[in-house]
Amino acid sequence: MYTNDFEYYRADSVDDALTLLSDHAGAELVAGAHGLLPRMKTGDESPPALVDIGQLRGLDMIEEDDDGTDLSIGALATHAEIADSETVRQRASVLADAAAELGDPQVRNGGTIGGNLAHGDARSDPPAALLALDGSLEVRGLDDKRTIDATDLFEGPFETAVADDEIVTGIRIPTIDDAVSGYRKRRDPLSGYALVGVGVWLRTDGETIEEARVAVTGATTTPARLPAVEDELEGEAITEDTITAASAKAGITVDDGAFVSDVQASAEYREHLLTIDTERALYDVIDISQ
Amino acid sequence: MSDADTNEATESATEPDGDGSGGTFGSAIKRGEDVPLLTGDGEYTDDISLRGMTHLAICRSDHAHARIESIDTSDAAAMDGVIAVYTGEDVVESGVPNTIPTAWDLPGLVQPQYRMLATDKVRYEGTGIAAVIAETPHAAHDALERITVEYEPLEHVTDPVEAVERDVPPVHDEAADNVAFDFELGEVDATDEAFADADRVASVDLRQPRIIPNAMEPRAALADWENATGKLRLWMTSQNPHLHRMLLSAGTLGLPENKIQVIAPEVGGGFGSKIYHYPDEAVTAWCSMQLGRPVKWQATRSESYLTDCHGRDHVTTGEIALDDDGTIRGVRVETHAGLGAQLSQFGTATPSYLYTTVLSGQYTIPAIHCRVIGAFTNTTPVDAYRGAGRAEGIYVIERLVDVGARELGIDPAELRRRNLVPPDEFPYESAAALVYDSGEYERAMDLALDHIDYDELRERQRELRDEDRYIGIGIGNFVESAGLSPSGLAGDLGAQAGGWESSIVRFDSTGSVTVLAGTADQGQGHRTTYAQIAAEELGLSVDDVDVVEGDTDRIPQGMGTYGSRSASVGGGSIARGAREVREKARRIAAHQLETSVDDLEFEDGEFRVTGAPDRSLHIQTIAHEAYLGHDLPEGMDPGLEETNFYDPENFTYPFGTHVAVVEVDPETGEIEIERYIAVDDCGEIINPMIVEGQVHGGIAQGIGAALYEGAVYDDNGHLQTRRMDEYAVPHSTQLPEFKTDNTVTPSPHNPIGVKGVGESATIAATPTMVSAVVDALEPFGVDHLDMPLTPESVWRATEGDQ
Repeated sequence: MYTNDFEYYRADSVDDALTLLSDHAGAELVAGAHGLLPRMKTGDESPPALVDIGQLRGLDMIEEDDDGTDLSIGALATHAEIADSETVRQRASVLADAAAELGDPQVRNGGTIGGNLAHGDARSDPPAALLALDGSLEVRGLDDKRTIDATDLFEGPFETAVADDEIVTGIRIPTIDDAVSGYRKRRDPLSGYALVGVGVWLRTDGETIEEARVAVTGATTTPARLPAVEDELEGEAITEDTITAASAKAGITVDDGAFVSDVQASAEYREHLLTIDTERALYDVIDISQ
Repeated sequence: MSDADTNEATESATEPDGDGSGGTFGSAIKRGEDVPLLTGDGEYTDDISLRGMTHLAICRSDHAHARIESIDTSDAAAMDGVIAVYTGEDVVESGVPNTIPTAWDLPGLVQPQYRMLATDKVRYEGTGIAAVIAETPHAAHDALERITVEYEPLEHVTDPVEAVERDVPPVHDEAADNVAFDFELGEVDATDEAFADADRVASVDLRQPRIIPNAMEPRAALADWENATGKLRLWMTSQNPHLHRMLLSAGTLGLPENKIQVIAPEVGGGFGSKIYHYPDEAVTAWCSMQLGRPVKWQATRSESYLTDCHGRDHVTTGEIALDDDGTIRGVRVETHAGLGAQLSQFGTATPSYLYTTVLSGQYTIPAIHCRVIGAFTNTTPVDAYRGAGRAEGIYVIERLVDVGARELGIDPAELRRRNLVPPDEFPYESAAALVYDSGEYERAMDLALDHIDYDELRERQRELRDEDRYIGIGIGNFVESAGLSPSGLAGDLGAQAGGWESSIVRFDSTGSVTVLAGTADQGQGHRTTYAQIAAEELGLSVDDVDVVEGDTDRIPQGMGTYGSRSASVGGGSIARGAREVREKARRIAAHQLETSVDDLEFEDGEFRVTGAPDRSLHIQTIAHEAYLGHDLPEGMDPGLEETNFYDPENFTYPFGTHVAVVEVDPETGEIEIERYIAVDDCGEIINPMIVEGQVHGGIAQGIGAALYEGAVYDDNGHLQTRRMDEYAVPHSTQLPEFKTDNTVTPSPHNPIGVKGVGESATIAATPTMVSAVVDALEPFGVDHLDMPLTPESVWRATEGDQ
């Protein structure tokens, strides 16, 4: 289909972009545009103006803080850059996994992490990673800046807590040394998006799971943590029984009606897969040697 | 490349007899057309622009079934950039014939009115009701939203069984019960007797979902009406420009055929969907005639989903009668075939003759009876899609053989083997009214099974089941009727067109060769394979031969490209024409070398006097002489070209065996394809690389149908799978590596021994995949699963919930 008419602006700076956003009601930001443009072609979204920030410099860094406790990633870092980053791989492998599994090479080379998270597509991979890592978004408006925690970010299908007149400048991820994480994805055979995606993050002392974060994307209308699974894991010994018991809880904290149902997979099947894939994702990151 | 041919085929009297041995027939030379196609230099319909060109967008119904109460186009017409808005009434008032015709009649067939734009009712979502012409495509599409149509909605039906069995308002008043035809083939009494006498009967209820063709290039047309000469030039995405010329003349526009030029430039895939005369291209031409300006219509991908003819849509009950020793005694089939809301040209032939006549498969089955009820539904018209009819028929017989094997407790490969038509039975007349030309079915089947070490793999399958791992082995034996000829037989069965093909083989005066063929390439590689055929016959290099297709003013006659016919019928015509050219050249050579034609040998393009090899003339030199005309045999006309019409004496019958090995994860229903083996016998092979490419693409589409594809209509009669993220075309990453191999059993009646390969793999792959998955699920008591075999449906089957 043809998109509706829209105006196109290229921003010179973050401030310029913010000014353009405030001058043009309903304008949308684009960087890679891999999320928004397809929806404009299908008529799902028709912004009157696009503000292109794809060429802004200085927003694509991937770096650790000096004390090694936080990982900062610029909003314009591409999925390919994140997937290839040794730092991300070592400190937040669930995000490297998610970025590597996202779309195809073209999308990974053009699409950016900030755009992806602000777009709020519940079928996409990075949301589960950000939730599992308990990361946050750094957001700027014309007059202020703020931080949005991952757990507050996703409000519904294509709806996030990022306001229309704000720009995501980066993401921040707390990191610690004795954590393991990973992302397991089951691709929708049509779209390549996640039919079910599970991100897991565990802090262990080698025998006991001290802290757990498990998050889902794709299967549900909004990406979300799975607290019942986390509760079942925390404080438990790393055993097959623990994993089995925890995975069995995968479906129960998801609200009624929150599982997606479409031509490819019913809600019931997605719920079943979520249990299976939670279990498999846990096995992916834990070495059980008995 | 595939394995070397395991070519122990019988010697054929009909091998390409270029005693000139150009050496090109049978070699894997690269496709000359690929460089422009891959570098973006290929010119497709939408790439062509004419001065003063305007753009058409078509307003389509968003109702599945409704009476049109009013259409208000005034707002749209008043928009900037809009030149004109037309409705179906305008077309009626113009006095053109305005009839999209069917091209295949059947006894008792109901043929309702089918107009270019609907005036009374809309009968499926996507029915064209108005046409907007604007200065830009964008303006035309924007104006569509300003057309106001008031409808009186009617109850709709999308399922072919419901359409005839439920009390619903008919799609067409002419067919109150929605039955377009009620077709039978075979002997009902003999079949009943066979079933009564047989030891066992097995049966299967199955559905073959609607497939959406998804050609890479959506349909397009560019019409240029020339008032001064009364001539219409129409560029369009066509698999058969001459057929379109004829249908535009006799069916929709009423112009004399000699005032219509149809040009098919590069065409990006068809799979059947570009055979047909749709309303849209006729509307494009009609609008140009109204305005005296060129008009371009380029379908969007969404329009393709809604309006390109869909394929398949069968609901079938099949039964197979067997004796305890595995002898198949009879097959009985009843099918409801969805035809959609209108009869597309071959929408009647596909589920009748093309389907029922292959129900014998590769097997000696003494009694077959099949009934097909063709049903109108409020859906996109259904017509031939790659494998048309044959794919559906082979699917049924292969599923029946599998359920028969389960019933008898006989290995499915063994049951097949016991019933194969043996090599010495050819030509074999089946109980489904076909005469198979040649075949060595067991050789191809053995070769395919050897590739996977069949017996060992069965053993391994049993071992793995003990470890709760479930692999499945699927076997698909197929034979297809390709070429759709001869014309007389096709006519007897109801065809409103011939089954011949036409070509011109022309030496130019300086020795190059032009081949003009009535077929029309959409990616098949005709420019390479046809050059190989002509070069072989004329003792030349392929570089000496230029192949021209797709222009009715340059190529006087033709039937087009569909039904795996181009190599066998088109190629056969070119070979025959080239041979006539060669024989004329031989007579000129004999005259100028002062010897008799019988004393001339032909090799590498050179006519040599037997016993005096230094006395020779090259065929390209003779071409020059033929156009000089100074020294020709007494009474011979100058020039060196031949026009050939070739009407084959029979179909050709490609065959083969495909084998798939899958593993099913019972926890999730996920299917992993471990191995895929394709052994195809398409007779003589013109270019092994192109054959392999056809097989690869065919397998992909066949696997697509088995595992992923399937159009779905929602409760409102709206197409639910209308976008690429809603309708699952297989991705390359979802497909395994294919192992391809060939046997070569020439067709005895084709001039170059070829059988065709365009549809084979699509026909074979679908039953092969389903067979493999159902085999894996045997421990779960699953005898059949309907396509598409999504992981969810497999998981539900393992849970005992079919």
